[in-house]
Amino acid sequence: MDLGIPLTHYLLVSAILFTMGALGVLIRRNALIVFMSIELMLNAANLAFVAFARSFEQTTGQPVFTGQLFVFFVIAVAAAEVAVGLALIVAIFRTKQTIDVDQLSSMKG
Amino acid sequence: MDFTLILFYVVAGVAAATAVGLLFSRNAVYAALFLVLNFACVAVFYLLLGAPFIAMAQITVYAGAIMVLFLFVIMLLGAEKLPRGGILPWQRPLAIGAAAILLAEAGYLLVQRVQSAAVLPDPGSFENSVSSLQQMAYLLFTDYLLPFEVTSILLLVAMVGAIVLTRQAKGAQR
Repeated sequence: MDLGIPLTHYLLVSAILFTMGALGVLIRRNALIVFMSIELMLNAANLAFVAFARSFEQTTGQPVFTGQLFVFFVIAVAAAEVAVGLALIVAIFRTKQTIDVDQLSSMKG
Repeated sequence: MDFTLILFYVVAGVAAATAVGLLFSRNAVYAALFLVLNFACVAVFYLLLGAPFIAMAQITVYAGAIMVLFLFVIMLLGAEKLPRGGILPWQRPLAIGAAAILLAEAGYLLVQRVQSAAVLPDPGSFENSVSSLQQMAYLLFTDYLLPFEVTSILLLVAMVGAIVLTRQAKGAQR
């Protein structure tokens, strides 16, 4: 039975997406794009989680939901993180009039 | 070569292309829309993996709520046009090299450490997924009740924190 998709394919896609996110954090200067890249990395990790959970289901032979529930919690935490992060970006923009991360080099106000 | 494998390759290509588009787009609104498409591709992967609930949560929470918030902030700040070039010219090639090394390492480890023969079958029928959804909800409200409640408190704290952070200071209004 060679129907279906190999686990390694999912893991490779996950690795590619994670690398793109890390690259985005490294090369982009706009804080919003950096933040979006972090979301991309979270998604890549979630994809690997669900793929591994599916693979574990295959080995045990019965449904296992722990991986999916973990992804659910990761999504909830990501929502909270985005709310606070975007509020921080708005607050930084108010004081500095920029969201270029190269300009944010001083520690005091 | 069956249908799901072709679908997988097409969606994987779109996901990778949208990630590249996010990296190199000059307009923050386009970057956000690329990211929405990327989230939709990942939701298709979840459906292929037999996780319909996670797929729908991905669409509603990520592609819906989070990206609308992003677009809202982009419009609010008027920061959609991104300037070219950085202060450190050597940073970009160095970052691309480091990312290539990261990709090679992650790909090698992930592919080498799992049994390469593992093939994930296509998800079952609709009735099957509904019953599995019931089991998942049962697990969420029994074994994982404490993390669930902690998550609700976390969301409340994040909401209050966002309001406090973006609130105008009393003296700054006049």
